[in-house]
Order: sequence, then structure tokens, then C-alpha cells
Amino acid sequence: MSHDEPLRLHIPEPTGRPGQHTDFSYLHLSPAGEVQRPAVDCQPAETSDLAFALIRVLDDDGRALGPWAPQIAPERVRAGMRAMMKTRIFDARMMIAQRQKKISFYMTSLGEEAIGTAHALALEEGDMCFPTYRQESLLMAREVPLVDLICQLLSNERDPLKGRQLPVMYSVRKAGFFSISGNLATQVIQAVGWGMASAIKGDTKIASGWIGDGATAEADFHNALVFAHVYQAPVIINVVNNQWAISTFQAIAGGEGTTFAARGVGSGIASLRVDGNDFLAVYAASRWAAERARSNLGPTLIEWVTYRAGAHSTSDDPSKYRPADDWAHFPLGDPIARLKQHLIGIGAWSEKEHEDTQKQLEAELAAAQKEAESYGSLADGHVHSAASMFEDVYKDMPEHLRRQRQQLGV
Amino acid sequence: MGADKNGNSRSTPMTMIQALRSAMDVMLERDANVVVFGEDVGYFGGVFRCTEGLQQKYGKSRVFDTPISEGGIVGAAVGMGAYGLRPVVEIQFADYFYPASDQIVSEAARLRYRSAGEFIAPITIRMPCGGGIYGGQTHSQSPEALFTHVCGLRTVMPSNPYDAKGLLIASIENDDPVIFLEPKRIYNGPFDGHHDKPMVPWSKHPFSEVPEGYYTVPLESAAVYRPGAAVTVLTYGTMVYVSEAAARESGIDAEIIDLRSLWPLDLETIVNSVKKTGRCVVVHEATRTSGFGAELAALVQEHCFYHLEAPIERVTGWDTPYPHAQEWAYFPGPDRVSAAYRRALET
Repeated sequence: MSHDEPLRLHIPEPTGRPGQHTDFSYLHLSPAGEVQRPAVDCQPAETSDLAFALIRVLDDDGRALGPWAPQIAPERVRAGMRAMMKTRIFDARMMIAQRQKKISFYMTSLGEEAIGTAHALALEEGDMCFPTYRQESLLMAREVPLVDLICQLLSNERDPLKGRQLPVMYSVRKAGFFSISGNLATQVIQAVGWGMASAIKGDTKIASGWIGDGATAEADFHNALVFAHVYQAPVIINVVNNQWAISTFQAIAGGEGTTFAARGVGSGIASLRVDGNDFLAVYAASRWAAERARSNLGPTLIEWVTYRAGAHSTSDDPSKYRPADDWAHFPLGDPIARLKQHLIGIGAWSEKEHEDTQKQLEAELAAAQKEAESYGSLADGHVHSAASMFEDVYKDMPEHLRRQRQQLGV
Repeated sequence: MGADKNGNSRSTPMTMIQALRSAMDVMLERDANVVVFGEDVGYFGGVFRCTEGLQQKYGKSRVFDTPISEGGIVGAAVGMGAYGLRPVVEIQFADYFYPASDQIVSEAARLRYRSAGEFIAPITIRMPCGGGIYGGQTHSQSPEALFTHVCGLRTVMPSNPYDAKGLLIASIENDDPVIFLEPKRIYNGPFDGHHDKPMVPWSKHPFSEVPEGYYTVPLESAAVYRPGAAVTVLTYGTMVYVSEAAARESGIDAEIIDLRSLWPLDLETIVNSVKKTGRCVVVHEATRTSGFGAELAALVQEHCFYHLEAPIERVTGWDTPYPHAQEWAYFPGPDRVSAAYRRALET
């Protein structure tokens, strides 16, 4: 072989740019029902094939197929459906509120609603999630009061975080939802530490850490895998592969020719790659991982394959870097539409019920928004006092902060 | 533990290493939520022996070895703190905390604030620091200014075995994240900068008498290490002894204040002293520009301006990486400190 040619730097590119069509064949999909379901006490190496396949339960006709089809009461699936719809309606309303300048910033999870809702149903009371900024579906599934969430978005006088945090950086301890940080990936190793703590104390609680495809490139993702593996921490590491990190295609994060689930296997962690738009597959895989963790069988990494249907945030315009109609072509579809088809197919839902639920949730959200707005907003200046800015830096306010507060005259 | 029949804690001569180990021993016993971990901290007992015997006494789930990952160590500690544990973690050398910067600055320091108190990080991060040991660039640094600048952190540095134990217990008990810097040059004995003289062990020093049981040295409290009238010296760690040698050798009656808690600090003790002496010299090993000395000088200027008789002097490491062969030209020894005292008195 000749080595005379100059070396070339390889820069991955998405196949679809504005005005083009994305070739989604890179996703390596498996047909519904065809991927094996190992025992929860399997060795991590036994999941090697799963890390390169795709666990799917719902087929194109909405039928639940194969070994991963979960045993779950229709009533719970209906609750999941409701939580997904609530997430989407919430997002849509808050996007409008941002455009109306009622809130300064917002991030939707359009197209990713199944992952948090089904996962939340698979966890137990007291388990702790360490989410990113795109897992508000966990909050919807855990029935967190909408008024509290909207007050956080408005940074108003009722904001539980006292106006200190950017909108969507929620913290809801009682719902097992850890304080969100703007710094990517930091919470995944913290989730592992939380799980280690639960194990140190002989507790029965498990942790669930969340990260996007882009953020897996951060060092803390690697730190999390190493610690989770070394200490066999009772933790689920969730990689939400929505194909995009702002404008950057997942190949630039290291997804080209491999999977994010494969990282887990390489670290000695049982790993699954799952259809993130298949509510039943998300529930089944989450149950499997939760049972494994709770039985002292160690951590699980799950790559959720989905698509970021919306803009990255209200500050982003995806039409500048990807095809405008990309979501319509994404082969795993829309999680709400797919579950709706399934539920109607088994006679547990109907078009009318769907419409009624939609209307009822919209009314519920409108009422919550109205109530939240009655406590003011950043825009109208009804925020927590400037004096509160100096609190909670430390447990007790040190002298220099007391002095600075006095200097501000508050 | 360690108390006589009157309930008073017995005292034993200890080195800094033994005192730090004793503090962790006391807290591991007192609080079931205290856990100790870091690189080589478990079975081996630490590269400086600070955790020797603790794993054997308390078990592997309380005291354990970690992968070589500073970000992982601190990140896991933050998660454990959120659960309700009280982790005491070790970074093998302060020079190696940088990979954990994000977890320290963005997470541990901000967790209480950003969650409005829902989650806290009651963690203590121990780091051996400082030079004077031919440690070269990555075994000698004094990065305290990188921590004092971070709101939400407490930064502490002891200078003797008694304080080391009392401050470490107070740090572990404190619900705020504490950066606990340990000057490794004085682990085994005080060091006044005279590297050509034999080392004096701690057993010859009065502050090596350390109670065996529980006690604390409060945070945010400075100590007047040497009372004096001519000039106030603001210092900490190894430089306490260098500053003392400089006072002895120059014959200048310096009042040496060992800050102990760098930030938040004990402003009152500093201001009272400078108002009394009218002069101030700041001494630290760390590099000069934007070093912690700049904050100390600014505070003294703000609070003691009308009492100052001379410009505030700073004796620090040079603005270079810490060299190996040029150790003693870099390390701010007693001659450089004495010269600063004289300059402060000239005006």
C-alpha cells in the first residue's frame, strides 16, 4: 500500500443540510420485536449486540411485538399518554409565552416526550433523576404542579428558585428531580455518586442520570461510566441521542460508525439501544435497567434514539443548518402519534378521548399559566427581592455578603 | 474517645499528618454519613499517610480508593452530598485539581444557591499544596486564589497540627463546600525557609500537642501567631514560619497573623492589627498577579486607609511556573520577607 498521498483531516458532516434530504440509513434500525431480551442479571458483555441494534416494541401498525413488550396496565399507559400530551402542550404554550416576551428563554422537548414520561413510570418513589434541561417530561409524569414550573419560567415572586436560575433550570427535590445546571454532563457523575451513596447506606433507591448525544463528549460522561462500572453503582445512565447538539450533528460528537450505547459496553456496563419514540420500549428498557440496579446487579447505559424535532432553544433557528422537514422523514416518527395508534388498536383510547384530553389539558395549562402570571414576571418586575440575591450562597450569610447587601441598600 | 476521667480530651504530640488523620478518624466515628475517598486513600492509606488505617477501622464502604479522575472524585462527592452524605475527598496534589474545576466551581459552589437550598454540597476537598520540596511545576503550586474567587466556597489552610485537626473537623461539619489546603512542606515539621538547616520535627513545637478526641477550630477566625507592634504580616500555611524567622532575624517586631480561613476570612482581626501597627506586609507562596495577596491588600486599603503609614508590601512567588532547580530563588524565604518588613518601616 502506497503512503505517498498527503494525510487528510476527517470532518464528519450530516447528509442533510438546508434544502436537502437527510439520509437516515446511518441509524441502523431493527424491526419491532426482533431484538433479544437478556435476563436482568446478564453480564455486560452479553449486551454487546444490543448496543448496536435497536430495541423496539411498537411496529408501524402500532402492535406491541416481541420479548420487550412490557407487562403494563393500560391505565398506566394512558397516564403516560396524558403526560406526553401535557409535555407537548406545555412546551407549545411556553414557546408562545417566550415569543410574547413574558419569559426570557425556553427549550422544548418536542419529539422526545416518550423518554422522560415512560422512564418516570418505570422508577419508584424516592429514586432520584439527574436530568438535563430537556427532561421536563419527567416532571409532567410525576405530576409536579404546573404553576410552580411556570413561576420558575417567569422568575416571578413565586419562583421556587427565587429568580436565580435561567428558565427551565428547574429543581424539584420532592419529585426526585435534581437541580439543573447549565454546565453540560456534570450531573451524570453526580448521579453515579448519588447511587453510590444509596449503596453505602444500604438504601433501596436508585439514581438515573441524563445526558444528550453532544454532551457525551464531555469528560464527565467518561468519569460517570468509569465510576459507575468500578463501584457497580445502582444507576441508569441515559443518553438521549436526538441527533443534534444545537447545530452539530451527532457524528461530530463521535457517533459516526458507532453508537453511544457501545461506549457503555466498552466500559463494562450493560448497555441497551432503544427506540426513544416508542413509549412501550422506553418503559420496558427502563424497567429492565431499574430492576438490574435495584438488585445490586450494577449500572445500565441506555441510548435513546430519537430526534430533536424542535429548535434547540428559543435562541436557535434550525433551518440554518438542517432540512426544515427533517422530522417528517425521521423513521421513528412521533412518540405521541405512535402510542395513540397503539392504544386505539387495543381499544384503550379513541380519537374522541384524545381530543377531549387535549382540550382538558389545554384548559388546565391555560389556568395554570393565568395563575402563575398573577404572581408577576421578570418582564413586569414582580420578582424576588434584591436582598434575596445574597442568600443561600452559603448556609449562613458571611460578613462580606451582609456588607454588600447593605451597600445595595436592601 | 480519648478523654480522661474528667471528660477532658487527652493530648498527644502529633505531626500534621497524624492530626489530619485523627480529624478524619474522629469524624468517621461521630457521623455515619462521613465517607473518605480519593486516589490511593484506601488500602494504602494515602501517598502522604494521611488516611493510614482508616479503611481497616471503618471498612471499605466508608474509606475507599478511586480511579484517577479528579472530576470523577469531586462529581461523585457532589452527588453523595445531594443524597445526604458528608464526603471528605482527597486530590493527591493541589496541582491536579484542575480537571475537577467544573465540578468545584459550577456545581459544588453553586448547588445551594441555584436550588434555593433544596440541595447542598457539604463536602470537604483536601489538597496537599505549596512548594519548598523540590516538587517542580506540578507538585508545588498554591492555587488558593482560584478558589477564593469562587462564591460559595470556603477556603481553609492550617499551619500546624492543632489547627489542622480542629479546622478539618470544623470543615467536615460545615454544610458549605470547603477547599482544605494542606501545606505538604510542613506535614512533618515547621519550615522557616532555611532549607540548608536540618528539619525540626513537630514534636519540638508547642502546637503539636493535639487532643485525641473531638474539638474544632472555628472557621473565619484568624490567629495572632506572633504579637508585635511594628508591622502587621498577613500570611498562612508555611509562610507563617518564614514570616516568624524574618521577624527574628530582622529584629523587627512584626505581628504575624495566620489567617487560617482564607475566604470567608476574619476581617476584624486583620483590621484591628493594621490599625494598631499602621503597616502591612502580605506574604504567600503563590504567584503574585491576581494572587490572594491582592485581595488582602485591597481589603486593608479599604478598611485601614487612614491608619496606613506606608504602602502595603506583598512578598510572593514570582509570576512564573514553579521551577525545580531554582527552588530557593523562587520560594519567598526569610531574606525577602525581612526586606519587605524594612521597606514597610522606611516610610
